[in-house]
Amino acid sequence: MTVIEARGLRKAFGTNIALHGVDLHVEEGRILGLIGANGAGKTTALNAIVGLTSYQGELKVLGRNPWTERDQLMRDVCFITDVAVLPRWIKVSQALDYVAGVHPRFDRAKAENFLLKTTVPPAGKVKDLSKGMVAQLHLALVMAIDAKLLVLDEPTLGLDILYRKQFYDSLLNDYFDGKRTIVVTTHQVEEMQNVLTDVMFINRGRIVVNCSMEEFESRYTEVMVHPHQLAAARALMPIHERQIFGQSILLFDRVDRNQLAAFGEVRTPTIADLFVAVIGNQSVAAQGAAR
Amino acid sequence: MNPPMNTSSNVMPESVESQAIASTHIRATRRLYWSIRRELWEHRSIYVAPLAAAAIFLFGFLVGLPHHLRAVRTEDQAHQALDIPYQLAAALIMGTAFIVGIFYSLDALYGERRDRSILFWKSLPVSDLTTVLSKLTVPLVILPVLSFAIAVVTQFLMLLLSSVVLLGSGLNLGMYWAHSSFFHLSVILLYHILTVHGLWYAPIYGWLLLVSACAPRAPFIWAFLPPFVVWGLEKIAFNSSHFLAMVNYRLIGPQPTTTAPDSQLMDMLSALSPAQFFSTPGLWTGLLIAAAFLFAAVRLRRYRGPI
Repeated sequence: MTVIEARGLRKAFGTNIALHGVDLHVEEGRILGLIGANGAGKTTALNAIVGLTSYQGELKVLGRNPWTERDQLMRDVCFITDVAVLPRWIKVSQALDYVAGVHPRFDRAKAENFLLKTTVPPAGKVKDLSKGMVAQLHLALVMAIDAKLLVLDEPTLGLDILYRKQFYDSLLNDYFDGKRTIVVTTHQVEEMQNVLTDVMFINRGRIVVNCSMEEFESRYTEVMVHPHQLAAARALMPIHERQIFGQSILLFDRVDRNQLAAFGEVRTPTIADLFVAVIGNQSVAAQGAAR
Repeated sequence: MNPPMNTSSNVMPESVESQAIASTHIRATRRLYWSIRRELWEHRSIYVAPLAAAAIFLFGFLVGLPHHLRAVRTEDQAHQALDIPYQLAAALIMGTAFIVGIFYSLDALYGERRDRSILFWKSLPVSDLTTVLSKLTVPLVILPVLSFAIAVVTQFLMLLLSSVVLLGSGLNLGMYWAHSSFFHLSVILLYHILTVHGLWYAPIYGWLLLVSACAPRAPFIWAFLPPFVVWGLEKIAFNSSHFLAMVNYRLIGPQPTTTAPDSQLMDMLSALSPAQFFSTPGLWTGLLIAAAFLFAAVRLRRYRGPI
């Protein structure tokens, strides 16, 4: 089943174009990481998907138009955009009461069980909780909703590494069941690498890389090239080259691994490496063009 | 409420589907109910402020009571001795509720944008219409009904307190109770609250909610500056003050054409019969304007994000 289908998704804020006709196709059961620099258009894309912003072009989420049918869509879609958007005045028990009151698919017992495993005080108010606890409370609310699509926009921003680890562990172990779909953006790309099934790079409102993780691993290869073979390796058109401790590391797209093994140590790059290579190149090219 | 239109509902067995439709139908009112409860959690001043006004008034009444009742010797005096404090109590409590209503309405759709919690509220299956309606219910229904209940209880306590004092002074209590206009006043008060606070003031609250939905900051200024500017422009351009008269009329409420100059507060409140009140054109234009403001506020909430 197709969960998100976008064709020519466009959004402009005045003269600033946030999305340049993005095409997006997300199937059920995928965990898609949307990765981009600040201002690349990630948040705008996610906001369009959850009905927070208007757009031009075609967009269907679970067969609905998110802009005009947000409230019906939210029965099947959950989202966390940004940390700490829970109102400061609400008590933990009131938050549970309210979501249970308005959401047909909310399982209160499940949320309470999840909270028992945390240090969130059941009688506390949000304003008295630490940032990490607020994130845990929000995650507890969201995970207890039997939704088809979960959208997370920087859900762990500003949290320490323990909370971040816990967050993704809970998400994978307690929530993801292979049928749900998750779309997530984050700056902590490395922590997400093993979680994702698909990865998408977005830059200046355009999608520049879009592949599954299997494809990612077979397509991209990083080689620490021996100095005397540098010229030969460069002839194979690496997409990126960087220096670490005097060693050249070259990144190749769709070049046979066996062939590359002759130049030096071969490994699969991290998503962060590829991101720097692809987006960094584009930025340099854009600066060059501007000059 | 439309039935769920997603593809999965098409393959559901019919009984399950009809059940799903039934449950979404019930939930429309349930969502409104929980949204109103949420408002009461957030804005405790809705009931704290009128209660505090009542408590302060009762305290003042109690302090002045012995002095107040010393003069009571005749039936007429007994009647007078309580009527005026009764009306003052009601006026104080209703006035407090009115002010709370103004500040509440200005914050209702602005506060959720300022503290970014709108991102949380919008992640739940509650429509903008339900949200705005729940926020309109507070000044139009909750506050009037609450202030009426508090006023009646306050007046009853005043009656009890003065009876205790009168018992000590050996006056005939039966006479005093027989002439107390407690129940009569309560009915008039209820009528006034339902008609004026619940219906006549609707465009005022509608305007405040609209401002709170669209103000980029300082909703208080956005609410009160435009009317002031309109008044000033009209004065300069045409040397007239129709706009001021209009606002004044809205605040004071419809008045009978012949009002005795010495009429008391309560007489004025009940001066219009229901037939007269509901045939006042100002009521219906006001309700139409309120509906337009609300429609705009619902629309704006969809476009507005955190600020």
